[in-house]
Amino acid sequence: MKSHNKDLFVTFMKIGGFTLGGGAAMIPLMEQQVVTQHQWLSHSEFMDVMAVSQATPGVFAVNMASHIGYKVGGIRSGIIASLGVVFPSLIIILLIAIIFSRFRDNRWVEAAFMGIRPAVVALLAVPVFKMGKTARVTWSNVWIPILSTALIIYGVTPALIILVAGVAGFLYGLTRKDNQQLSK
Amino acid sequence: MIFIKLFLVFSYIGLFNFGGGYAMLSFIEQEVVAKQVWISEAEFTDIVAISQMTPGPIGINCATYVGYTAVVNDPFIQSIGAPQFFGILGSILATISVVWLPFLVMIWISHIIIKHKDHKVTRSIFAILRPAIIGLLAAAAISLMNIENFGHPSTQTNQFILSIIICMTVFCGVFWRKWNIIYTTLICGIIGIIAYGLIGI
Repeated sequence: MKSHNKDLFVTFMKIGGFTLGGGAAMIPLMEQQVVTQHQWLSHSEFMDVMAVSQATPGVFAVNMASHIGYKVGGIRSGIIASLGVVFPSLIIILLIAIIFSRFRDNRWVEAAFMGIRPAVVALLAVPVFKMGKTARVTWSNVWIPILSTALIIYGVTPALIILVAGVAGFLYGLTRKDNQQLSK
Repeated sequence: MIFIKLFLVFSYIGLFNFGGGYAMLSFIEQEVVAKQVWISEAEFTDIVAISQMTPGPIGINCATYVGYTAVVNDPFIQSIGAPQFFGILGSILATISVVWLPFLVMIWISHIIIKHKDHKVTRSIFAILRPAIIGLLAAAAISLMNIENFGHPSTQTNQFILSIIICMTVFCGVFWRKWNIIYTTLICGIIGIIAYGLIGI
């Protein structure tokens, strides 16, 4: 368990320290680390946590860290993973606040970010296609992702979409008699 | 006392923020700039810019920075002296305050999910949720394909072309060749420094 906690802290510190652009931008790295490398969650479990983290209050990345930590090693590991993901922010922001308050205007920093921003967009597009398979998107339910994309671009808040989808799934589950037909 | 107020305000922001990082920014603005007047509009704009361009969750970056600035600006703290030290305490307090209540909610929900994950209702909920999540990701990627991130096609043509090349290359590399995301991001930063900083295209 101890080594789990150290792994959790270091992994989530990497996730917090190497992703620009906040919540959604962390997903590709988080998936690579949590699912592919450490195998703390399966692909489909990872997607479930994403849905729940979007629908619950708070900061998305911290909610993800809380759940993953909790699943690996209980409440204490949940706390450790959450602290890991906020730790780099704390250090970096404090350094900037104390030392470089003119950081934003530095042309080298700006140049680096001009290179990084398009990469962030590409990194977000990768899981869209990868996760389509895990989520069992087929011709019969492809309208769900398309509709949710359209609604968000139209300005509907993601939390509302998740809640509606969750309630719809709940009602769908109540009307089903069999327990086997829905694959995991 | 500024620390007690910080704790209460940021606990409140954490618990009632449902819209992710950008929604949290406007929530913090309402509470901290408009209601409490801890920091000025101009200070807040700078904080938002820095929160966006530094690594980490935007909501956490912003809370950390606001916690520091609010304490440093506080007249009582200034009268005691050593505002930077108290500012560091303020930033840690703001960060923890914004996180602790959602953490408890999340642990409670995680417990239920892990316990009932094979129940047909749980499975049905996620059978609908998973495709919806794909939509959320797609929307995030599409909405970021904008002039601010890629440059303007006619006035900043060089930047626009380089951005498209970077975007396509990174997509193919990560999708098919499983490139390491951290190194990829660092290399793109170096490309940016060379192209825009040194060569000046």
